Amino acid sequence: MSNEEEFQSIMDEFRDAKKNASLFCKGASERGDVVIGSFCQYAPTEIIRAAGFYNVILCGFNYDPAVPLAETELPANLCPLIKSSYGNILGKTCPFAFYSDLIVGETTCDGKKKMYEMLQELKQMHVIHLPNVPDKERSMEGWESELHRFKEALEERFNVKITDEQLKNTIKTLNKERSYNARMYELGKLDPPAMTGVQMRNVLTAEYFMLDEKNKAVKSERMLELAKQLWDEGKGPYKKDEHPVRILVSGAGLDGVLDKTINVIEELGAAIVCYEGCCGIMNMRRPIDENDPDPIHAIADKYLEVPCAVMSPNARRFEQFRNVLDEWKVDGVISITVHACSPFDIESRALEDICNENDMPFLHVRTDYSPGDEGQVRTRIEAFIEMLQAKKNG
Amino acid sequence: MNYVGIDMGSTCTKVIVMDESQKIIFHKVMPTGWNCIETAQSILEMLEEQGIKREQFKCVATGYGRISVPYMDKAITEISCHGKGACYLFGEKDFTVIDIGGQDTKVIEIAGGAVKNFNMNDKCSAGTGKFLEIMAATLGLGLNDLCELSRESKNHIVISSMCTVFAESEVVSLIGRGTEKADIAYAVVESIVNKVHGQLGKIAPKNSVVRLTGGLCEAPYIIEAMSKKLDTEVKSDPMARYAGAIGAALYATAIK
Repeated sequence: MSNEEEFQSIMDEFRDAKKNASLFCKGASERGDVVIGSFCQYAPTEIIRAAGFYNVILCGFNYDPAVPLAETELPANLCPLIKSSYGNILGKTCPFAFYSDLIVGETTCDGKKKMYEMLQELKQMHVIHLPNVPDKERSMEGWESELHRFKEALEERFNVKITDEQLKNTIKTLNKERSYNARMYELGKLDPPAMTGVQMRNVLTAEYFMLDEKNKAVKSERMLELAKQLWDEGKGPYKKDEHPVRILVSGAGLDGVLDKTINVIEELGAAIVCYEGCCGIMNMRRPIDENDPDPIHAIADKYLEVPCAVMSPNARRFEQFRNVLDEWKVDGVISITVHACSPFDIESRALEDICNENDMPFLHVRTDYSPGDEGQVRTRIEAFIEMLQAKKNG
Repeated sequence: MNYVGIDMGSTCTKVIVMDESQKIIFHKVMPTGWNCIETAQSILEMLEEQGIKREQFKCVATGYGRISVPYMDKAITEISCHGKGACYLFGEKDFTVIDIGGQDTKVIEIAGGAVKNFNMNDKCSAGTGKFLEIMAATLGLGLNDLCELSRESKNHIVISSMCTVFAESEVVSLIGRGTEKADIAYAVVESIVNKVHGQLGKIAPKNSVVRLTGGLCEAPYIIEAMSKKLDTEVKSDPMARYAGAIGAALYATAIK
């Protein structure tokens, strides 16, 4: 198999990961293995996996049939991610929720908190209380005790013991997994980039659903190696003398609007070099301290630094955002937020201010999972890219 | 060689033909209708009648129907085209363009003759030409009559609904209450002007040079009301409804 074919076959495996994961979960469930469903990055997957459980993500990214179904119970003017997640569980169209023995929620935004209260009537839930002030002096103690409480809840409910040793091993494994993602983003720093933003998205989404961790490690490592090699040989996604405009995509809920936004950006000839915001670069760059003698403390310390827009004030995000603009030599920023995701929508304004200070072109796209505004969203993105191309090519 | 710019908007299609020296030699506005491809075909026939044959021109299409012009050489968004067209029309390089279109209202910041920033109304029709059209129809008036009638308003009232459908019911209930037509017309115009003002606030510094393009370029009362609200003299031009098509024709001159 040539390098190109091998790279493509790994990409295909990533693309099919979510589909294959539902079969995996079915098997796991039949074997009596424990499957835990979660939504946000704040759910400490280290603790779940240290117990030997599988962790799957339940965030909904489809409009039909989940959103219209959810709207029979939830308000229509709620964030589509929350509606889609709830609708898929209500209508039993989410296999991962179906096979989950327990669902972990965390008190991020108001919409989610209240949705979890309703979910409690459909599934077994454990809700972790997440502080919204990311100041360690004020919040660390409570946050750490919430993680202890979560660990004990798992131990009690499933009659297992989660040792420090297991936690430390899982911390190492997950640090490694995050480093793969961080290294993938590094490939976007090259000019032209060694991976497209669509490919990156494909890998990022897949990583949550590659439940065989050994296979995931092997394939991620090899994928990175091959991408760099192909780029060196001039066989990357762009020709060596091609210099597409470089876009940083920021925001949340992106997986529900891929066709309208991410795919359109690259179809129109721009390159997404990095992602910032929910599940973006920042969380991948910060490992958990492997030398901390208290693993729960180390986990709590890292997770409190996740720069999600539910945090207030969210200074970490803005500081890192500035660095990303610089490090990735970005030509323009596209902030994508979904309707009624107030935290990310409002913070978009602060990102715009930073961009203005740096004379960095900025576009804010507000949209949702429905296909109705495809045309208008495309026109905005297209005009923005035309503007950047005119600037770059003189 | 001639250069054809076609701006296929949601309501009207505008056609501009330029000669080698970038002089406008033909212009035409027509309803877009429901079939963009048929409209495009009828433009081709119309140009042939004018003696402008397909092999003798380069063509750029813009507007929401830009990809439905089968014979275009290139499609470019209305943002870029309006920017370029406005620079040509007004002979300026640093200013803000407001384009009130059928389904989109655009605010475009031009710096050094290039688009620097822009925004468009999000999804809904508040603040667009369509809003004005529907309100005029509800009042049994033409667009220009509605604008001019606003001058006669003695009691300044407010329409608070942003959604066109809700605003229409608000207007209907005002009519039912016996409110003067002129007062309702005033409120409709104010609603548009306020919406545009909100959109402009995010882009242009106060008192910058503002130019209006699009279908309302010959609605003096709208231009006056906007100047008052924005606290700067807004100018337009009878040809400003062609700004997008002019920009498209200018882009066509660059096609090899």
